Amino acid sequence: MVEVELRVNGAARRVDLDPRVSLLDALREHLELTGTKKGCNQGACGACTVLVDGERIASCLALAVQYGGREITTIEGVEHPLQRAFIAADGLQCGYCTPGQVCSALGMLAEHRAGAPSAVTADLTATDVPLTDAEIKERMSGNLCRCGAYDGIATAIRETAIKEVAA
Amino acid sequence: MTTAPERTRPAATRQDGPNVGRPVDRVDGVAKTTGAAKYSADFPYADIAHAALVHAGIARGRVTAIDTGAAEAVPGVLKVLTHQNAPRMAPPPKVSIADLSTMAPGTPVNYLNTDEVHWNGQPVAVVVAESLEAAHAAARLVRVSYEQQPATTDFAVAREHPKQVKNSMIDVGEARKGDAERALADAPVTVDLRYTTPGQNHNAIEPHATTAAWDGDRLTVHDATQNIDWTRKHLALRFGVPAAQVRVVATFVGGGFGGKGSVWAGTLLTALAARATGRPVRMALSRESVSRTVGGRAPTVQRVALGAERDGTLTALVHTGLTQVGRVGGGAERVASQSQYLYAAPAILVRHSTAEVDALPNTFMRAPGEAVGSFALESAIDELAGELGMDPIDLRVRNEPERSPLSGKRFSRRDLRRVYARGADRFGWAGRDPKPRSMRDGRWLVGWGVASALHIPVPLPGDVLVRLRADGTVLVRSGLQEIGVGIATIVAQVTADALGVPLDVVSVEIGDSDQPTAPGAGGSTQTSAATAAVLQACEELKRSALGLARRAASSPLRGARPGDVETRDGGLRLAGGAGESYAEILGRAGVPALEARTGSDSRLGQAVGQARFMARFLNDRRRWVHPATGVHFCEVRVDPDTAEVRVSRWLGVFDVGRVMNAKLAGSQLRGGVVMGIGAALSEETLVDPRTGRIMNPGLGEYHVPVHADVPRIDIECLDEPDPTTPLGLIGAGEVGITGVAAAVANAVHHATGVRVRDLPVTLDRLL
Amino acid sequence: MRSFTYVSAPDVDSAVRTLAETPGAKPLGGGTNLVDLMRQDVERPPTLVDITGLPLTGVDELPGGGLRIGALVRNSHLAAHPAVRSRFPMLAQALLSGASGQVRNMATVGGNLLQRTRCLYFVDATAACNKREPGSGCDAAGGLHRAGAVLGASEHCVATHPSDMAVALAALDAVVEVRSVRGARSVPLLDFYRLPGDTPQLETVLEPDELIVAIDLPAPVTVHSAYRKVRDRASFAFALVSVAAALETRDSEVVAVRLALGGVAAKPWRAVEAERVLTGAPATEETFRQAAEAELAAAVGLPGNEFKIELARRTIVATLRRLATS
Repeated sequence: MVEVELRVNGAARRVDLDPRVSLLDALREHLELTGTKKGCNQGACGACTVLVDGERIASCLALAVQYGGREITTIEGVEHPLQRAFIAADGLQCGYCTPGQVCSALGMLAEHRAGAPSAVTADLTATDVPLTDAEIKERMSGNLCRCGAYDGIATAIRETAIKEVAA
Repeated sequence: MTTAPERTRPAATRQDGPNVGRPVDRVDGVAKTTGAAKYSADFPYADIAHAALVHAGIARGRVTAIDTGAAEAVPGVLKVLTHQNAPRMAPPPKVSIADLSTMAPGTPVNYLNTDEVHWNGQPVAVVVAESLEAAHAAARLVRVSYEQQPATTDFAVAREHPKQVKNSMIDVGEARKGDAERALADAPVTVDLRYTTPGQNHNAIEPHATTAAWDGDRLTVHDATQNIDWTRKHLALRFGVPAAQVRVVATFVGGGFGGKGSVWAGTLLTALAARATGRPVRMALSRESVSRTVGGRAPTVQRVALGAERDGTLTALVHTGLTQVGRVGGGAERVASQSQYLYAAPAILVRHSTAEVDALPNTFMRAPGEAVGSFALESAIDELAGELGMDPIDLRVRNEPERSPLSGKRFSRRDLRRVYARGADRFGWAGRDPKPRSMRDGRWLVGWGVASALHIPVPLPGDVLVRLRADGTVLVRSGLQEIGVGIATIVAQVTADALGVPLDVVSVEIGDSDQPTAPGAGGSTQTSAATAAVLQACEELKRSALGLARRAASSPLRGARPGDVETRDGGLRLAGGAGESYAEILGRAGVPALEARTGSDSRLGQAVGQARFMARFLNDRRRWVHPATGVHFCEVRVDPDTAEVRVSRWLGVFDVGRVMNAKLAGSQLRGGVVMGIGAALSEETLVDPRTGRIMNPGLGEYHVPVHADVPRIDIECLDEPDPTTPLGLIGAGEVGITGVAAAVANAVHHATGVRVRDLPVTLDRLL
Repeated sequence: MRSFTYVSAPDVDSAVRTLAETPGAKPLGGGTNLVDLMRQDVERPPTLVDITGLPLTGVDELPGGGLRIGALVRNSHLAAHPAVRSRFPMLAQALLSGASGQVRNMATVGGNLLQRTRCLYFVDATAACNKREPGSGCDAAGGLHRAGAVLGASEHCVATHPSDMAVALAALDAVVEVRSVRGARSVPLLDFYRLPGDTPQLETVLEPDELIVAIDLPAPVTVHSAYRKVRDRASFAFALVSVAAALETRDSEVVAVRLALGGVAAKPWRAVEAERVLTGAPATEETFRQAAEAELAAAVGLPGNEFKIELARRTIVATLRRLATS
């Protein structure tokens, strides 16, 4: 067992963990934060996405012991207009992938604001890449939605981004 | 166009209300976007133990020994259950039409109660441990010895020995009109083609998960199921306890698509593990365990042969299909289903057969039969159009039937001509140069494809309870399953309008077997069943409320008859506007709440209900065919160097009857298209034919579409009611996927000149 | 996943000391591949040395226009680095085409180099796999090997290396900087990987006690470069075939070229034969085709991956054409 201080959604909790425990399982089974979902446990679906120091990661591939002291944000700690936009655009159906989609989108928008390029960015040197549908879809491709709510998700992200720029 | 005459409308049919037909937001949207929505692995239990499966590594044989020593030595392991020490379960029941819940198990195999192995991956042991980590680590350490028996693991071999499906209430083995083969031989223009489709997996993002807790002989199960009622009855039967002592809860289900429609090993073995250990047990299946224990869509081989006059009039339609089934379960994909309904051929032959493989039994997956059958039929229609030098839409219009082609029954509504015309207009189909490889955008080859969609929902009965409280609020309870449809939202909309109350005073509780029994979420039927029951219950509430009011001297409704009053503005109103709110009526009468429920919980009541439903269903089926129909238009771009295919534009126009909520219906139809794009381009369950083992049991190598694979999907619905159904609904859950793969393959052919008749259309098939 | 001892290394010296002193110990970076393989029981390290606290996260300029990239730089950070985007575009594109945004934020540069194959039989503990269990056989050769190798494979193994980044690094003449208690050494990336031969379990020349600390990139021969990845989905899938290419032309003649292929071999495949044909030749479609033919002359396909040879040929031509005309 290893003692770890996990700082989640602004609160610090000390937990004794088997080093095999993933960050995802630590959240779900040890901190009772079940909003973050397990879809594949292989980093292949994005349902487990959380933010660590503002960056999105796949918490199923992260061993919790490596994340002591980092600022972890899960869906339970998110309160953002994007969530409202998901509902309005119906960017969800069964809802299981939704926490991951929301967290991933927040991380993605931050990456975009910081000027990061994507695999479909034509001009790699540009730091102000227009957030087109193609950019959103490529950057969000780590989050599967089997119900096929991709249209609504893209709409929600786009409209939120536009409002953020305007604000 | 055909529609049933006005007089056939049931009395309860309502037109627009302030909520029905409006694209309101999901009532559970906040819960789903904040992480508050609880799925079956999300319920905390003190003292919970975790379980993991051990899978057989052979396709057929017997377990001769299981060495559990190393697994048991893992710290935290509570028990390793095998066929040698597991509690007994009653064997799965024989399927009976008198009790549909007998269809619940995906296979008759009695897991862990037998030493027999019937497929590579069958569960042969369950490890229960204090932690997830210990359970999964120990599961890897269980050593199983087998006596192998000769197995058929290669569908290519098995299909040399097909077995024709028998005609029955639920299956069509063979159906014919005229002599189709003869007509085919005589036809001036023919195509006679072979298509194949691979195995596919539902891969709902929520893996199957069960939390089970016994309290004496009472069992509570949180289960990712599309069928609460069947799961409850099946568990009761297998564990020898009365159904009333089994509670199944599925508040939110993370997608199903048919994969959660049966009771598979995970559910049973979690309850078994809980019983064996005396602990509440959770088994959240790994993605691999889902792939190895939950059936998928089976591979098929199909023949479609079409004969036509030179003007495109069809003279013969032959559609036969062979499905891989498990030796221990699974059924034929009814691939030729649409061929009975879509085109007015004077001679038709459809036939379904199966070939047994020692493999995990197949099961329903979104539009079973139609999803892959439409790939063959709608590709063949496109190929025939090419032979004829005719526009594929013109060919379809020319063969649009007035009555159901095979049976001669009437369609309750069908307006495909208008659907085609609307779609062609919106898509700009007239601008298509029919010649393959004729359209380009820069270097990209561009192709446009079209295909029809058709699906016939299966009606099932369902019950609800509606409680109207003296404070004017309304509660609806029903054991419905929310798998993404937005069923609570639609139920709330219909209830609000039926009672004439605002949407926000209606709360809906679903997902629990303690509630009135509802049908499973499958067959595109849940919405029709639930809303029909809501209408019936609300009608009863209206009468009850009026009953209170008309006896009260002070009520403006005194002496009024049900026909005189309307439900609106939160109460009952006369035509002139006079009336009272429910709060006033109930308050004066001193009644805290009025309740109405359809159906009954008693065995007798349920049997009577089912018999009544069956009589109604058979009567309706004698008279009508209720098809959900549509058309897909798709544009693909194909890289001329690498043959990568990108779907760049999509339009679907549908006729699904009355649309309750365009936002939700649109999402469901879009979801069907997305899954269809996966089937068209990338999805395939890979099986090693030597061992029968599924080799891509994960989401890394089973390629469901990602965001970047899917363009904006434009959806339009005619939104006109089926005059023969309550509320005019037909069903939107499955029609969306039908025809999709054909539309893509047809577009790829248009772009490249290459016709791919084997799914998926991966780039190696185009190089 | 089997139990292991977790050790967090405070500095490079102590990390390499632990690796040297603890049999079977493995360094743990982002965990994106190792954790998954441990769950599948393919990797069973008794000890993990967490190196994510080490100061190996810098991207520094080297004299002459090169870069030194710390082994713990995250894939996404490297892809977004201005120097990489402007001078090594093929590297940025390769990184961005790998995995997903989430995984790129976790995966380190050093770990990316050491990814294991995605061969379906390697990750299935019930299958015969010489890489996972030497001497057990290769179920892939007679089974499902659509993703398998067409260059440099052996009868013992047909696996491919899954990294995109490494393909760009192979074209860029990168050098892997390695540390152990025995000292430091530099290994050119082209010498870093081994072909399977009869020891497919040995994938690199890295010794068990050695730690990758940095990757050095010499100044590029040209900033005119691109990475083209062909796969079964539009995103988030491993390469069927990929091409990293840098091309400089003067008066329609190839004056400098670097070419490497991914998805075709057990290592990122530097296309030296193609480079030989291209250098000094006219930058035409015909030359590009000849170059591709020359490189793929030795390619051998299996029934399930034969198409990769043609696909590689076409992807090489298409990538060079685009560089020549843009």
